[in-house]
Formats: sequence, structure tokens, C-alpha cells
Amino acid sequence: MAGSSKLNITPPRWLLAELSYKCPLQCPYCSNPLDYAKYPNELSTEDWKRVLSQARKMGAVQLGFSGGEPLTRQDLTELVGYARELGYYSNLITSGYGLSEEKIVELKQAGLDHIQISIQASTQELNDHIAGTATYQHKQDVAKLIKKHGYPMVLCVVIHRENIHQMPQILEMAENLGADYLELANTQYYGWAHLNRDALLPTREQFEEAEKIAQAYKEKVAGKMKIYYVVPDYYEDRPKACMNGWGTTFLTIAPDGTALPCHSARELPGLDCPNVKDFSIEEIWNESKTFNFFRGTEWMQEPCRSCDEKLKDFGGCRCQAFLFNGDMYSTDPVCSKSPERHRIDTAINSARELALSDREKPLIFRNSKNSKQF
Amino acid sequence: MTISPDQLIQFSPLHRLQWEEAQQKYVILYPEGMVELNQSSAEILKLCDGSRMLAQIVTELEEKFATSGLTNDITNFLNVALQNGWIKQA
Repeated sequence: MAGSSKLNITPPRWLLAELSYKCPLQCPYCSNPLDYAKYPNELSTEDWKRVLSQARKMGAVQLGFSGGEPLTRQDLTELVGYARELGYYSNLITSGYGLSEEKIVELKQAGLDHIQISIQASTQELNDHIAGTATYQHKQDVAKLIKKHGYPMVLCVVIHRENIHQMPQILEMAENLGADYLELANTQYYGWAHLNRDALLPTREQFEEAEKIAQAYKEKVAGKMKIYYVVPDYYEDRPKACMNGWGTTFLTIAPDGTALPCHSARELPGLDCPNVKDFSIEEIWNESKTFNFFRGTEWMQEPCRSCDEKLKDFGGCRCQAFLFNGDMYSTDPVCSKSPERHRIDTAINSARELALSDREKPLIFRNSKNSKQF
Repeated sequence: MTISPDQLIQFSPLHRLQWEEAQQKYVILYPEGMVELNQSSAEILKLCDGSRMLAQIVTELEEKFATSGLTNDITNFLNVALQNGWIKQA
């Protein structure tokens, strides 16, 4: 175990319940693991209720129902009702696919607090291409119904090279749909997005242009719609404070019951992630090897170890360090102090070359057939 | 955007004010976020239930805490709350 003493363990505040890996969409930047098809088993309703109770007792208060597509679970309304009884603030993170007006009302009555719906682009053609499913019109209708029934609504648009030119239209669409929050999520390159990075990563010029437009719009809609801008970390010179620090705030439970400190942690070697069928949330959070692995700073190497910013960004993202450097203990290569920063620049240049050429690289879509190859 | 003294103040239907046992404090919950409140902020917000105007909130809190001269502090906090969308008027 690389972790430090257990003296400073703070309780979880955020529980992400990935109810199912099933999803009718095939977005090529999906954050689910590439090999998700290997994990077809799903927790039972009773398992989930136990997890919700145990995490709530420790202090978790924000709850995300996610996936895959959480609407594929027949017991969603029951779980939402149970979560409300426990005092959670519940967020449904959905593609909107299969969300009828009847279901929207039913979930509201059960106590759902908020719906985050994703839209892939501002035009039908591009939305349906990226989603791999004809969903554009349905999503527009669902967004209006969410507002009609009094929910706060977050519209989430994942930004990449295929849609970044639509930034002005995306902002307008969000305002017209009555979104309370627009999340402009620059793609984070893990899982499927990492696989498709050459085709998805925008150039620096594209990022700067899009960010300027989004910032200007922020002022225009101040007091009406909040805009969250998820920064593209490859173009930063300091890494993100990933998950607010390992095992400090966030707890993800995968569909099969595996407990993860972040939704990508399954990619890291040797963590032996525990399952909620074998251990309580308290045991997992406080005692497990996995959750103690990168707590504190004892595990760090140079340049993190002696860095005066180590408590600000916690050395960045462990999954990114592993993906680029093959060493999950190393400094996140996004950091300009990392001796491996050149690997990020190489990735940027490789995507840029493809962007500026006439060549096309087909996207690999997220579906079971493709997943079974990993 | 500032508090109007002659309009009722209500808590935003898009946020939730809640006591958190584990943290021993009130929090405001909203999509994917949380604000932790100190005791005085929580006392003010609990009175923003759509049945009181600014002066009534001040009077009630001055009585409750047997003090006076809270008008400025409460007004300033409510202006911040309004700008953050935690409360609304009409």
C-alpha cells in the first residue's frame, strides 16, 4: 500500500451510482471503460439501497444516478424515492433517451431534484452521428419537458473537434431550451475518448476561439444561465486537482458493485478494487487498499514530492500518469514541471496533423461489439 | 440585482436548504454542488419562506438573538444570496 496514515480521512460527500453500462447511445468519448462488456452483472435493488444507506450515514449528500444510461434500470424510481427519504440531493445524469413525460412526472414525485441531459451537437445531423443513434429531436423535446415540470436543468455538451465550431449555436440552443446551467465539457481523454483522441482533440487555436465565445456569452446570460466550463487540461500547464484528491470526496460504484475512487480507476493496475457485495462502504472508504492508495502525499515522486503546489493539485490525475507514462505514481504529464510533458505535446501535435490534413480517421464508437475486442 | 424592501422573499425552488447531521451544519444543495453555511446565514435563509419582507426578517432575528443593528449585515447577505440565485422575489 502506498497510502499514508488514516488520520486525515474525510468522509465521502459525492456518490456516483453507475447503475448500468447499458446505453442506447454510442458516443465515441464515453467515460466508461473500454472493456465494459466484460462486466454485464448489475447490482440488485437491495444492494443499491444498502449502498445508499451506508454512504449517506457517512455523510454523502450529493448523489448522481449515472451509467451507461440510468433509465435502463426498471427500479430507478424506487431508488430515487429511497434516496429522497435518506436526504440525498439526487441528480439524474441521462442521455434523455427513453425519458417520457410520464416518467419525468413520476421521478419528480419520487423526489428527484435535478436532471442533467446531454446533447451532442446543435444540429440534428451531427448530434445523431456522434450519438450513433437518432436522438436529436427527442432530446430537444425532453429538455422542454424537464423545464415544464419545474426541475433545475443542466444541459451537458461534450466538446471536441467535430462540434467545437458550433460553439455559438450550442450556447444559443442552451439558452432557448431554458437551461439553468450549461456544462461545456471539453473532452477528457480516458477510455473511449483516449482511443479516439487523434480525431477528437481540437487544436489550440480552436480551443482559444471557442473559449472566447463562451466567456463572452457568460456575461450576456449572467443571472439567467450559469456556464460551467470544463477546461481542456492538455492545454494547461498545471494538472487538474483530480477528484479533489484521491479518496477525499468522491465515491463511484460501478454497475457490478466495484467501488472506485474515480470512474476511470478501473484502468489502473494492482488496485484490487473492492466490491460492495463483500464489504460495507465504511470498510471500503476507510480500510481498503484501493482508497488509501493515493491518499496524502507519501506516494509522490519528484517533481511532486518537493513541489509547493502538491496540496493544490495532488500531483494531478493518476489515470493520466498511467496512460502516458506507464507509471501511475508519476507526475501528471500535463504539468510543465513533469519530465514527460513532451508526451502531451506529441499527442497534441499528432491530433493537429490529422486535423490539418485531408485524411480522415474513422471514430470507434462505444458499443458492445467494439467493447468485446478489449 | 439587490433586495427590494417591499417584496416578499422566498427560497429558490431550484435549490434546497437542509440540515446535514454528518457536518453539523446547514447546506444549500443545487445541481452537482453544495454550499456550507455558517449559523447566521442559515438563520437568515430559514426565514426566506415567501411570507416575510426584509424588515420582518431583521426584526425577528434581532428579537431571537436579543440584539439590534442587524439591518446592514442581513441586507448584505441577502444581496449575495439573491445574486447566487438562492432566494428570489416575486
